[in-house]
Amino acid sequence: MSAESRDHMLLTTPFHSRIQQACEINDWGIWMGYTTPNAYFDVELEYFAIRSTTGVFDLSPINKYRITGPDAEAFLNRMVTRDVSKIGVNRVGYAVWCNDAGEMLDDGTIFRLGPQDFRLCSYQRTDEWLGWCALGFDVQIENESEAIAALAVQGPTSCTVLTLAGCADLNQLKPFGIAHYEFEGVPLAVSRTGFTGDLGYEIWIAPDKAEAFWDRLFEVGRDYLIKPIGSYALNIARIEAGFLQARVDFVPAEEAVRPGRTRSPLELGLEWQVDFGKALFNGREALLRQRDEGCRYRFVLLDVEGNKPADHSFILKNGKTVGTVTSAAWCPTAKSNLAFAQIEMPHGAPGDELVAEIYYQRELHWTRLLAPCKVIDAPLFNPARRRQTPAPPH
Amino acid sequence: MNQYDAIVIGAGHNGLTNAAYLAKAGLRVAVMERNPYIGGATVSRELYEGWYYSNCSYVSSLLRPEIARDLELPRHGLQVVPFGGGCTFMRNGDYFGNYSDPGRHYREIARHSRRDATAYDRYAADTSLQTRLIRPYLLKTPPDPTSIKPRDLKDLLEFARSFMALGEEKLLDTIKFWTGSVGDYLNEYFETDVIKAQHAGSGIIGTALGVYSPGTAYVLLHHYMGDVDGNVGSWGFARGGMGAIANSLSKSLQSFGGEIVCDADVDEIIVKGGQAKGVALKDGREFYADIVVSNLDPKRTFLDITNSRDLPKDVVEKAQNFKIRGSSGKLNIALDGLPVFNGLDPKSRLMAGDLHFSDSLERMERAYDDWKAGTWSKDPYLDMMIPSLTDPTMAPPGKHMMSVFVQYAPPKIDGRDWTDEDKAGFEKSVIDQIANYSPNFRDLILHVETRTPREIEAEVGLTEGNIFQGELTFDQLLFNRPFPGYAQYRAPIKGMYLCSSGTHPGGGVMAAPGANAAREILADLKRPNTVPGGYVDD
Repeated sequence: MSAESRDHMLLTTPFHSRIQQACEINDWGIWMGYTTPNAYFDVELEYFAIRSTTGVFDLSPINKYRITGPDAEAFLNRMVTRDVSKIGVNRVGYAVWCNDAGEMLDDGTIFRLGPQDFRLCSYQRTDEWLGWCALGFDVQIENESEAIAALAVQGPTSCTVLTLAGCADLNQLKPFGIAHYEFEGVPLAVSRTGFTGDLGYEIWIAPDKAEAFWDRLFEVGRDYLIKPIGSYALNIARIEAGFLQARVDFVPAEEAVRPGRTRSPLELGLEWQVDFGKALFNGREALLRQRDEGCRYRFVLLDVEGNKPADHSFILKNGKTVGTVTSAAWCPTAKSNLAFAQIEMPHGAPGDELVAEIYYQRELHWTRLLAPCKVIDAPLFNPARRRQTPAPPH
Repeated sequence: MNQYDAIVIGAGHNGLTNAAYLAKAGLRVAVMERNPYIGGATVSRELYEGWYYSNCSYVSSLLRPEIARDLELPRHGLQVVPFGGGCTFMRNGDYFGNYSDPGRHYREIARHSRRDATAYDRYAADTSLQTRLIRPYLLKTPPDPTSIKPRDLKDLLEFARSFMALGEEKLLDTIKFWTGSVGDYLNEYFETDVIKAQHAGSGIIGTALGVYSPGTAYVLLHHYMGDVDGNVGSWGFARGGMGAIANSLSKSLQSFGGEIVCDADVDEIIVKGGQAKGVALKDGREFYADIVVSNLDPKRTFLDITNSRDLPKDVVEKAQNFKIRGSSGKLNIALDGLPVFNGLDPKSRLMAGDLHFSDSLERMERAYDDWKAGTWSKDPYLDMMIPSLTDPTMAPPGKHMMSVFVQYAPPKIDGRDWTDEDKAGFEKSVIDQIANYSPNFRDLILHVETRTPREIEAEVGLTEGNIFQGELTFDQLLFNRPFPGYAQYRAPIKGMYLCSSGTHPGGGVMAAPGANAAREILADLKRPNTVPGGYVDD
């Protein structure tokens, strides 16, 4: 985010000098206007760094909003569907938010840094929506996206590596907890969060110390087989873990043009996120009505027979199309062929047996495959280390 | 209670797979294991504190993904982590790096020969063509060419069809491939010694044949037909060592109610009136079942634990003549740090792959000459790995574990048994070979486990220490494995079956023989099949 890069088509993150060196195959992508690596050397090996050693993903471009003031909690509670008061200080909570029609706008994480001090990380740029939602609340909202560099440090040896990098007793940190350290005189926050479904952490630091921290991490991590990972590897891990991604698994309501293309949290398997016990939040009335009258769609996880990922597949029931796949992958650790699908009600109840119409190409020849699939309750990947405190060493 | 529905002899990966599928079908199953630990040749042991050795088999690719998924092996603790690439170090101080990404792969071959770099695409396509022929048959019982049963006829027809679909030229190539040598095959594509040597290794591993011996081209294929997550030809490490495969299979078996009895050394299969009735152990205990499945190699099964009087003469004769020649040994080495190799940046990703020191077919053939002369190779072919560069659980941080597969090592030295002096000489030849290319290697050695065919046979029970439980030559493949007429997992005693790597589709930690045998047993019992079919390749 140096001054001279302003005039470039794409920005670079505070870690860019290191990433450029590490990116052996120059496979670059764009995320939030930043140059970000799709892959560094080999997508498969990068994926396995997440699952077997430590994978490091540059999270810096993520949108970060600091929300402070006497009404900070009340403001967030008005905006998101869950009860924010249940997020303690130095804890993180997943959250989704809707418009008044109960349509999903985005999802993200809320970091509670103090009683009246929160950080919201969102997939979408949310400045305007936050502004509207803040009407009548005594809060200050600051976009601190560029003020904080961030890395996701994920995998079985991640706790050990970060401990060696100076995060003492990190193994005591519970999932969704935040711990505070100092690195070369600046604050270093570590949260036990991530997008991989594995043991893992995210670190938050001032941009001018980003490179030094990267160097430290990779130096102490060498013996623990640390590797940088790009967005392709992360995507496999997030599908394997069953995590939704905005713009992939749902259309953010503010971007939807065609009628009926938005989804509510209830239609995305996020009922657990909606706290109707709260008297007022955006979309409450619409969601209540939908809860009582029924949803149009059901979000399901499908265990698909065979080894061909059901990318972009139609889902059939008795030969009739009842849904479509939004994300799909062969999951290399779970050894399962997982697909996320949106199924028209009333189909798709757990255990329901459906068929995925899969198209795949070999040597320019397309094959149509009708693969039986089954609705499952939860992704098969669910390692104990993800939940264990103290975190295991590897 | 010593009464079961089925008894499986040998808790290697095929025995456990077989037992798991029988138990899944509702049978009461017990697995008899001679050693106090399970795994057979898929085993990991901590022989030096803090270091885990995959004592025998050391990499995984062929393990059928259908079985791993169906038996929920990931939930039971199995994770196979691929490694990329590899390297052959050359006598002249240079090396050939076998990069996994196509760009560097091309560039590196071209550094040695531009012509070879383009020939590689033709080589890869031709080898894939052969892979495509065999892969659909891995999770199938081989059809019996002499049978007129509808199932056999249907499978034979399908088999014939896939061959005829190749067209005349490719069919002729195929026949040549299945009977030819890996050396001749590679000579048709490449001009550079080191490129040929890098690829030829897969043609001889585990086989008592040289690179110019007919039949070794198929062995190459055997090492290419596996996959890790659909990447055909890719290889990986089982996290925690190969024992993780046996351990996850045992947990899967136990989840279906199956049992494992360790320290249960089978003396003889009990046969009454032509029907298998159970097993008698060397310690006098007896266990009873009307189904007895042997996961021992065909020689041990028919010559050691079955009384010849219970067998037709031809089976005894075929077992006696079964080719199961010892050809290899293994060193597992605990290292105090990462060795440095001449010419290669220690940070190179190639270090995490398979490493070799034979830079020409000539040297590989000479190594085989030593085997024929009744001694270990003085310039051995090594398939060497440093799994601790991929798996952080194999050795303490910063330390390393090295797995060195060594070829050749004969089952006997000059016609007599191996002595401890021979073993020391064998070990020295391997360490010298590595040290020739690595200045700091010797100083890093903390502990060495050396396994000649003598140790492999004694500890694991593989006759002559043959890692595939029988040579993978065409006379012992498909409907010829283990013997013509006995390739559908049934022994010539009612209720007795074979499930070892000595049956189709052979060794390499596939678990397919165990699964295929279970399907046949369940068919004989008229029980629903619990064994999954193979994934469609294309």
